[in-house]
Amino acid sequence: MTSAIRTLAIAALVLVAACGGAQPEEPVPQTQPTTPTVDADSARRAQEEAARRQREADSLAAAQRDAAARSAAAATAAARAEAERMLANMVHFDYDKSDIRSDDQGILDWKFRLLQANPSLTIRISGHADDRGSDEYNLALGNRRAAAAKRYLMNKGIAESRITTDSFGEERPLDTAANEAAWAANRRAEFTVTAGPATWTLPTP
Amino acid sequence: MNRRRALPHLVLALALTGLAAPLAAQDSLPPEAVRVGIRYTPGVRPGLVILPGSGLDSVRTIVARDLDYSDRFEIVAVPPTEQAAPRGPRTVNYPLWQNLGANYAVEIVADPLGVIVRLHDVVAATVREQRKFPIGVPGSEASRLAIHRASDEIVRWITGQPGSAASRLLMVEGGRIWLVDSDGAERVALTGATERVLSPAWAPDGTRFAFTLLGEGRGPVQIQEFGSGRRTTVSGADADLNITPVFSPDGTHLLWARSNGDGTDLYSVDVTRNCCAQRLTVGRYSDNLSPTFAPNGRRLAFVSTRPGLPQVYAMAPDGTGQELLVPFDFGATGPSHAPDWSPDGTAVVFHRELRGVPQLFVYDVTARKVRQLSSAGRNEDPTWAPDGRHIAFVSDRSGRRQIWILDIESGRLRQLQSPGAARLPAWSRRLAP
Repeated sequence: MTSAIRTLAIAALVLVAACGGAQPEEPVPQTQPTTPTVDADSARRAQEEAARRQREADSLAAAQRDAAARSAAAATAAARAEAERMLANMVHFDYDKSDIRSDDQGILDWKFRLLQANPSLTIRISGHADDRGSDEYNLALGNRRAAAAKRYLMNKGIAESRITTDSFGEERPLDTAANEAAWAANRRAEFTVTAGPATWTLPTP
Repeated sequence: MNRRRALPHLVLALALTGLAAPLAAQDSLPPEAVRVGIRYTPGVRPGLVILPGSGLDSVRTIVARDLDYSDRFEIVAVPPTEQAAPRGPRTVNYPLWQNLGANYAVEIVADPLGVIVRLHDVVAATVREQRKFPIGVPGSEASRLAIHRASDEIVRWITGQPGSAASRLLMVEGGRIWLVDSDGAERVALTGATERVLSPAWAPDGTRFAFTLLGEGRGPVQIQEFGSGRRTTVSGADADLNITPVFSPDGTHLLWARSNGDGTDLYSVDVTRNCCAQRLTVGRYSDNLSPTFAPNGRRLAFVSTRPGLPQVYAMAPDGTGQELLVPFDFGATGPSHAPDWSPDGTAVVFHRELRGVPQLFVYDVTARKVRQLSSAGRNEDPTWAPDGRHIAFVSDRSGRRQIWILDIESGRLRQLQSPGAARLPAWSRRLAP
């Protein structure tokens, strides 16, 4: 590219010199034959300087774009992490009950607003039970707990198709001890993402 | 009461040296008449001796254990002098056995095609019954079952009702379904080590069983053949979470509970065509599960949470006539679970929480009365033996969850040995040859 520009510049100067030669009344200094060479160099340098500046500007812009993209990605990842962290907050239940406790409504309300802010988000709710009651009944109880959490979200306006439920009964305890604290921890509903948005929108606090 | 029962148990322990010794009843019910000493009280439990003989010791060992586990006899120990006596054809010393408290003597002799079993009436000094039993290849599974059948026949000769030795139990242990003989022998795993399964249920003909294959929070009901291991997924039980399957007594239908966002409800499917599942209950946020058929197939009991806590209800197999079966006091009676209708149709056994601890109860269908069967430890998930007087259940009385067998008439208790924590037992009918 640079050599092509140089060739063009020299050709133009040769043409000018040829024309000048055709007009004798103009006193053309004898030094003139060297001038086209100096002008060509200077033009070439100017061209190169412009190209270099352009390259600098281009790479600066690219770097700025990269930085912006990285920060956007970081923000997206942070939003995703925050969304998943908040989604992972469980709700808990009283013994042999599936009612949503009033102290757990805030946890579900946040999930409702997240679902609302991210229309492509779908989730699964898994119900669990403590190891009292029959093994088989606890599967039904876990199902009822997951269904109760789903119904709470549906009553606030989330489409039924966005929430699936399942139950593990007493098969996956978080705490295997046989005491009130362990039983209370095991009586829970867990929330996981089945399909998430590309970019998460966190609900405004 | 335990002290008074200790002597007969000592006799039993002597009679069964080398076998799993019977355990003293921890949950014994007051018997109609309490035996004191070795001599039987007429009308309670007749004394029975397995006569020593030449060869066939393994057969005698199995029969002696079966008759002991039938809980219908006081097994009389053979004194060392008789054990050491020369073996061979000889007449039965009726006065000796009568003095030792035996009403009956069982004689087992070899026969080219199996064994000949003679039942002697010691008091009348005569042979009362005699029959040849083919027992196949000694030591084989089929041979053990054939010997168990001989034991059941001896019980029938004496009591009019066969025993239930020729039966097996399914149970869950370590996430797998295991098959075990009623005397605890011959444990076999039927499902894979990486699977998670629950709720085994026998087909009435004993050729296959249904169960829940538990996946990630959901799973189908499948039917598996014992011989080939071939499985089919039950139509209508292939999506959502499907639990507590049970076959109808004629084997044509399977009922189970399906759990999803609508709740848990009972469904029925024609398994002969594996088609056309029908919903039997409409819970509207209450759960309906754990069906069990009356032996005539015209009624079934199940668990429903419609009164708030789970209690035992009944209905017709088409879902009509739903009503409370086992009475309870609202606000006072604990949750009730896992009903199993007895083979003779007269009773439903289940577990109910008493001050937060599950205990066994039996509901008398005709008298409409509930009777508590257990009190030591946690006791749950009962299943009837084919004789209608024994139940297997899960108890943690020994420290971990194990299968125990209770004779609800005598209160006698024994443990079905298993290495891990066992649960969800299901007792077969008597198994045909």
